[in-house]
Amino acid sequence: MDYQPPPFFSRGPAPLVRLGFFVSLAVLLMVLDARFGYAESLRKVVATLIYPLQRVALAPAELLDAAGDFFTTQVALRQENDQLKAKDLRAASDLLTLESLRAENAQLRRMLDARERIPRAATAAEILYQGRDPFSRKVIIDKGGQQALETGQAVVDDVGVIGQVTRVYPFLAEVTLITDKEQRTPVEVVRNGLRAVVYGGGDKGALDLSYTATNADVQADDLVVTSGIDGTYPPGLPVCKVSKIERNAAYSFAKITCIPAAGTDQNRQVLVLAREAGLPPPPAETEPKVAPQPKQKRARPGKS
Amino acid sequence: MAYFEQPERILLPVNVAYMALTVALALLFNLMPWNDLVGVPDLVALVLTFWCVHQPRRMGIGAAWLVGLVMDAGNGALLGQHAFAYAFLAFGAISLHRRILWFSLWRQAVHVLVLLLACQALMLAVRMIAGGAFPGPLYFLGSIVAAALWPTASFFLLLPQRRPESVDENRPI
Repeated sequence: MDYQPPPFFSRGPAPLVRLGFFVSLAVLLMVLDARFGYAESLRKVVATLIYPLQRVALAPAELLDAAGDFFTTQVALRQENDQLKAKDLRAASDLLTLESLRAENAQLRRMLDARERIPRAATAAEILYQGRDPFSRKVIIDKGGQQALETGQAVVDDVGVIGQVTRVYPFLAEVTLITDKEQRTPVEVVRNGLRAVVYGGGDKGALDLSYTATNADVQADDLVVTSGIDGTYPPGLPVCKVSKIERNAAYSFAKITCIPAAGTDQNRQVLVLAREAGLPPPPAETEPKVAPQPKQKRARPGKS
Repeated sequence: MAYFEQPERILLPVNVAYMALTVALALLFNLMPWNDLVGVPDLVALVLTFWCVHQPRRMGIGAAWLVGLVMDAGNGALLGQHAFAYAFLAFGAISLHRRILWFSLWRQAVHVLVLLLACQALMLAVRMIAGGAFPGPLYFLGSIVAAALWPTASFFLLLPQRRPESVDENRPI
C-alpha cells in the first residue's frame, strides 16, 4: 500500500467512471428505443420542451420562403395559373364521369354483398422540413396530436403515397417516407394484381420490390399501387413504377428496383388520410412468437 | 495568426452563462432545416469540444450527454445516439485538453478533426447496428468543415474572456 497525498482539487468521480456511467445509460436508452419502443414518452417530453427552440430555428427558412413568395413575378404566377387551368380542364372530364362511376360501383358492390368503400377523412398538412437524421428518410409536417393525427396514418400527395405517420408530437408529426430503409408498403402490380411488399431503398429515389419470385410476372414500367390489404392505405394509390429487373437464377428472388411515383422529395402540400373505420384491430405484435408452438403440434400428427 | 490567443496569455475567468448561451446557439443552428445539404457542420459537437478543452472542470461528460439527448429528441434520431457519441467526444476532449492547447490553432484543429470524425464514426456504427441506411461518404464532410471552423470558433468563444488589447504600463498584467 503506497500512500497518496490527498487531491488538491476535488473533481468527483474519474472521467473514465463518468464515461462508463453515461455510455451505459445511453446504450440502455438506445436499446429501449430501438428494440422495445419504451423511450417514446421521454422523447415526447424532451421534444415538447425544445419545441420553442425548434420554431425559432425554423424562422429564418420561413422568412426566406415568405420573401421568395413576395418577389414572385407576375409572369410566373400567370404561367402557373395557365398550367392549373389546363390541368383542371383535363381533370374535369374525369370528374364528371367519376360521380356516375362511383354510384355504379356502389350498386355493383351492394349486389356483390361486398363492403362499401368509405371515403376517408383527410387532413391537409405542410411539410416543414426534412428530418435531420441522415440515416433515415423522414419529413416533419406541421400538424400533430392537436389535430387528432395518429401514428400509422397514410400520407399522400397529389400523385400517390409518400409515407406513413410514425411519430406524433403535440404540434408536429413525423412521416417516414416510403424510401426509408425500414419502411414497408403493401402493394400490388396493376397489370396482373400480383401482391408484393415494397421496401425502401434507404437513399433518395429508390424502392425495392423484395421477395418476388424470380419468375414472377413483373415487367419494366409496370405501375405498382397500394393493395389496401392491411387497411392502412386505401387501395389503388400509385406507389411506384418498376424501373429495373435483375433476374438471376442463382437466387430465389428477383431484384426489382422501382422509382417512387409521388414526389417524396419535392412537394410541400400533403394529405394525411384517416384510418379506415370498421376494420378489426390488427393482431398484437407478440403473437408470431407464440404461434409456432401450436403449428408444430398440428404438423406432427399429420406426418405420422 | 499572432492576432489569435496563444495559450500562455492570461484570460479572464469564464462566464458559465456565456458557455450555456453558446451551446444553446449551436443547438439552434443544428435544429435549422438543412434538408439534404451535405457538409453542414455539427456546431454542437464543435462547441462541446471547445469547452471541454478549455474548461474541463465546467463542461464535462454529463453535460455533453444531456445536450446529446436534446439533439436526439429534436432530430428524430435513435434516442441516445448523440448522447452516446457526445459522451465519448467529451471524454476524448477532456483527456487531450492538456495536450491540445500547446499547439497552434490549425494544429489544434487537426486534433479536433480526429475527435469529431471518431464521434461521427461512433454514430454511424450505432445506426448501422440498429438497421439504418448508410448515408454515403459525404456524411463525414461535416466534421471536416467543423474542424476548419475551429480557429474562428476559438476567436469568438474566447472573446468575452479577453483583456483589452491596449497595454497599460501601470497595470500589473
